[in-house]
Amino acid sequence: MTEVGNESGTSETPDRRDSAPGEERITEHEMAGGLSGYLLGFGLAILLTIASFLAAQTNLIYQPAVISALVVLAVAQMGVHLVFFLHLTTGPDNTNNVLALAFGVLIVALVVLGSVWIMAHLDQNMAAMTAHQAGAMP
Amino acid sequence: MSDHAFTISADSRIRDPYRLNRAGGHGTGSATGHGQGGPASKFVTVAYGFWIFLLSDIIMFSAFFAAYAVLAKATAGGPTGKDLFEPARVAVQTGVLLTSSFTGGLATLASHRRSMAATQFWLLITGLLGAAFLFLEVQEFATMIGEQAGPSRSAFLSAFFALVGCHGTHVALGLLWLGTMMAQLWVKGFRPDILRRLHCFGLFWHALDIIWVAIFTLVYLLGASP
Repeated sequence: MTEVGNESGTSETPDRRDSAPGEERITEHEMAGGLSGYLLGFGLAILLTIASFLAAQTNLIYQPAVISALVVLAVAQMGVHLVFFLHLTTGPDNTNNVLALAFGVLIVALVVLGSVWIMAHLDQNMAAMTAHQAGAMP
Repeated sequence: MSDHAFTISADSRIRDPYRLNRAGGHGTGSATGHGQGGPASKFVTVAYGFWIFLLSDIIMFSAFFAAYAVLAKATAGGPTGKDLFEPARVAVQTGVLLTSSFTGGLATLASHRRSMAATQFWLLITGLLGAAFLFLEVQEFATMIGEQAGPSRSAFLSAFFALVGCHGTHVALGLLWLGTMMAQLWVKGFRPDILRRLHCFGLFWHALDIIWVAIFTLVYLLGASP
């Protein structure tokens, strides 16, 4: 029961050294904060989504470059979400949050790129079997 | 490391930068991000722990993405993404989920104003939009299974149903959590613990939208493009 009194005391006074991920307070006086921040992020995300659909479904972009364009637009939109919705900043109170995110991105890149790379090589190194060879498999 | 550390007085208790619970707003140190701040407030530690969970969840999704990327062409003579995916449905799904992420942010802002009516209203809108997203996804799955394009048809479809279904499961669990939060907020009011849970839910909901950005780009748009 003492814990209840304790925690109501701590959370009423904001911590100026560390910010929780997604905390509103840290950007409230900036462009990415408050209602204007959400509206701006929402608008940018809509624009990037429309751009993605246009890039994929029309011939506006040189066909072989469509994949790169889609990846760039998706990364940009994730950045918009992180800045305007999750209130991630480069400030010193956000170091822990950004470093955890950077480590997560590293692992995601290793898993995805590593799997695609290795599986593509395996695919290339294994010659396709004829129907006769496949029938002779143990 | 001097002698004053051994002198226990009311004064040294205040000056000790490592004393417990100094994040309660009474600390005088200004160091940030260098491990000198002492224990952070409960709000920060709870949200940071949930942030770590979200990142590990995204790493789990990355394994599903890797499997999909490897198997996307392994259609075993069955239907391809171009035959199955409906761009109009995906566009609506994307718009609905993005808007629900936005209204979730509006609910957070309303909770900062301590406005119960506005918070509950925006949470309800967020939930309804999430349910609409889920309805469209279940409808798509049912249509595909009805066309003999279920998860057992080919490796491509197994990977597709695993990846998109995993995201859909997250949305469904998020809706359950959202309903629980609405009830807790209604009964218990803007208590610090309820506000922490609401904050974690907001992080979860925004993270689901980030994962959907990757899904609609890599699965639907790339899969349906010529």
